[in-house]
Amino acid sequence: MRGKGYLFKWYVALFLVFLYAPAILLPVFAFNDSSIVSFPLKGFTTKWFEVLQSTEALHVAVRNSLMIAVTTAVVSTIFGVLAARASTRFAFPARRSIMGFIMLPMVLPEIIIGVSLLVVIIQLGFDLSLFTIILGHILICTPFCIAILSSAFMNLDRSLEEASIDLGQTRWNTFWLVIFPLVMPGIVASLLIAFTISLDEFIIAFFLAGTEPTLPVYIWGQLRFPQKLPSLMALGTLLLVLSISLLVLADYFRRRGLKKTGIENSGGFL
Amino acid sequence: MALISPTLVFTLLMLAVPLIMVLALSFWTQNYLTLDRSFSLENYKTAWSEPMYQYLMARSLKISIFVTALTVLLAYPVAYFISFHVTPKRKAIWIFLITIPFWTSYLMRIFLWKVILGYNGVVNGSLMGLGLIEQPLSFILYNQNAVVLTLAHSWVPFAILPIFVALERVDRSLIEAAEDLGDNRLRRFLRVTLPLSMPGVIAATIIVFIPTIGDYVTPRLVGGPNGLMISNMIELQFKKANNAPLGAALAISAMVIVTCVTLVFVWMNRKFMRGPK
Amino acid sequence: MKQPIIQLSGVDKFYGDFQALSQIDLDIRTGEFFSLLGPSGCGKTTLLRSIAGFETPSAGSLHIDGASMDGVPANKRPTNMVFQSYAIFPHMSVAENVAYGLKARRLPKAEIQKRVSEAISMVGLQGFDSRASHALSGGQRQRVALARALVLKPRVLLLDEPLSALDKKMREQMQSELRRLQRAVGITFVLVTHDQEEALTMSDRIAVMFDGKIAQVATPQMLYGKPCSRRVGNFIGMMNFLEAKILGTQGDKVEVDVQSLGKVTLPLSQAPGGVDGCHSVGIRPEMLSILAEGQTAEREIEAVVSEVFYYGDMTYYDVILPQTEALVTVTMRNTAGRKVLAAGDPARVGWSPVALLLLR
Repeated sequence: MRGKGYLFKWYVALFLVFLYAPAILLPVFAFNDSSIVSFPLKGFTTKWFEVLQSTEALHVAVRNSLMIAVTTAVVSTIFGVLAARASTRFAFPARRSIMGFIMLPMVLPEIIIGVSLLVVIIQLGFDLSLFTIILGHILICTPFCIAILSSAFMNLDRSLEEASIDLGQTRWNTFWLVIFPLVMPGIVASLLIAFTISLDEFIIAFFLAGTEPTLPVYIWGQLRFPQKLPSLMALGTLLLVLSISLLVLADYFRRRGLKKTGIENSGGFL
Repeated sequence: MALISPTLVFTLLMLAVPLIMVLALSFWTQNYLTLDRSFSLENYKTAWSEPMYQYLMARSLKISIFVTALTVLLAYPVAYFISFHVTPKRKAIWIFLITIPFWTSYLMRIFLWKVILGYNGVVNGSLMGLGLIEQPLSFILYNQNAVVLTLAHSWVPFAILPIFVALERVDRSLIEAAEDLGDNRLRRFLRVTLPLSMPGVIAATIIVFIPTIGDYVTPRLVGGPNGLMISNMIELQFKKANNAPLGAALAISAMVIVTCVTLVFVWMNRKFMRGPK
Repeated sequence: MKQPIIQLSGVDKFYGDFQALSQIDLDIRTGEFFSLLGPSGCGKTTLLRSIAGFETPSAGSLHIDGASMDGVPANKRPTNMVFQSYAIFPHMSVAENVAYGLKARRLPKAEIQKRVSEAISMVGLQGFDSRASHALSGGQRQRVALARALVLKPRVLLLDEPLSALDKKMREQMQSELRRLQRAVGITFVLVTHDQEEALTMSDRIAVMFDGKIAQVATPQMLYGKPCSRRVGNFIGMMNFLEAKILGTQGDKVEVDVQSLGKVTLPLSQAPGGVDGCHSVGIRPEMLSILAEGQTAEREIEAVVSEVFYYGDMTYYDVILPQTEALVTVTMRNTAGRKVLAAGDPARVGWSPVALLLLR
């Protein structure tokens, strides 16, 4: 191995330490028997997890977040499928501009989106509620879903659709028998990305929240109180474990799906 | 085609209309509890002339540029490493590893940086424990440096991905051809790999720069009084200060500035790419 | 009496300003193995897809089995297609692929199973029923595509460059396979290819296309022996061209002055595309010969060898003809005892006016 490779490895190692530093601290302090989140460590305990179990407000926030995330994931994916199919398969007028416009939320700061939605909703006289948060989340998640699904649709051999038609099948059935199974990995990825983005999204939820908080909004509220911090660490650890498990699961299904269809595994959702 | 319409209509309603309304709002004025809908440039005058806002905007730009530069600089070697020094089978796992920290709650991650950089935090604890300092360092938290560091940490996986994708697309035989023609490692990198991966770098830059201006949580938690950014002010106007039109004007101004900077950057890059080939 | 099963009349196809097909008139007979041959971009695939129903002609009519295909979508036509990429559904097994069209027709399960087995055996893939499609080789995939189409008993089977993705050995094997299959099944095959060797070996008749138009429709022998133009002659096999000036016509003969070879009188049958506008004479390399010591031919000319290409069973000689320095290729089989010449050697080239073709 030449010299440069060695230097690289050191850099990457240091980088990984930097990257993982905050994440590692979560379980460290979650099990730390101290009501202050700082060093030195005081001993092992699981009581912070028990505190979580008994906090009703947390459960409400979790339920809200889950509800929002699931709805967002499903609707964003549907929008994404429609848009990705349209843009990869058909050429409609002003396609580039329209697609550029739909993908715009991806590069806009969330605060701009939060602010604009807030303005509209108030001007129109509606109330802020979980529904308004869902709308906001769908807006920002759809571009990501389109990105993932476009790649899936583009990998679809066009002649497969034609073969199905040639063999006598209707367009509707062609979609469900041929296209849908083959873009399934993309759909799964899309659902998961949208779900994860929505679950963790704070700014829009903060701006558009009515009286019912989402999980991040709840966390934000709790950060001000030092005595709540250890239990927040426990919560963070749980969320981390949950996210990783979801991703591992998703990747497992993705690989299985690829195996079935024999497409080469290029690694990663993106 | 009919397929695109649901998504399009939704985006039109949820993005175009609100943005237009914000634009409209920025031209109205708020008198305590009533909204005066007559056209006025008052808000923009305030936004652009009042030193506090100018200062905040300048600081936000400065921070964003630093964050973007730092993030891309940190990200590129990692992306290069994964693309060139990792066996293809393992690449997916590495990418996975890079993105895991991202799956912790955004808020918690930033809060944890507070823990790391704080008075009684990890950095100070270890430095004191190793005997390198006597007193805990207080300059590493509650200022702009902390904001830059925290934001860079958050965004670096986002920067690694497009650069990695672009590097993967670089035809390896081009690099071999350069070697065959006499270039050493550094020259091969500068003359072949780097220019060909530029689209990925530009994508990474835009992905990091634009949302960073709008970041609100990080300055609030780790920025201290000197680390606040323009988005905190925008939020303030909308919530506590009850001056939504001013907030709108600030938001639009910020967006305009960001777009201009981005366009200048992209344009400069085009010129650079067309230059010495 | 063979009735045309496919009739195209006056077919045009425009994509915006670009004309892909121009006034196509073509009859394809029932039960024949018909090929559409031409270079890339000549419109042959567009024509095939128009028959299949994936492209709609801008003008003209298409009849299959006497019925107009105007307004009839692809899934309702009595044709089935084998795609260039085979288009085997990757998420289905071999049997499921072959059964796909039958399932669309909602046939009873037992019948589907029976027909699927028959089709799979017919293409020589017995035992592959439950094999996953991604585990198949290129040749096997092609057979699945064939089985899948033939199991539906179409009136016409359309094949879009089916052999282009295979390596040479596989291609030769599949060529005879396809011929055998077509004879066994008895239906009309329409094949698109850019490989003239392929078309010559497999087809009953060939349509040569250039630039969206049909240049010539004929049997392989006619196409090779009597091409109607320089372009066709040059596309099918190798041909030497010499400049020629028409001196005059008398009855059913035409007098021509040929570069280096001098004056010849040719019967009109040796001007397959007509006499008007011709200023080339073509002669196939194998119709020329390098004469050995003491050998004679109807006409002779002294030439010099410029380049020698040895192919094992054949040798190709590039020779330079006197007076005009025209370059022609002569093919000689390397029979025992025949001397192989070297570049620079003199050569006596023998030829006969019977082998000359007057071409446009």
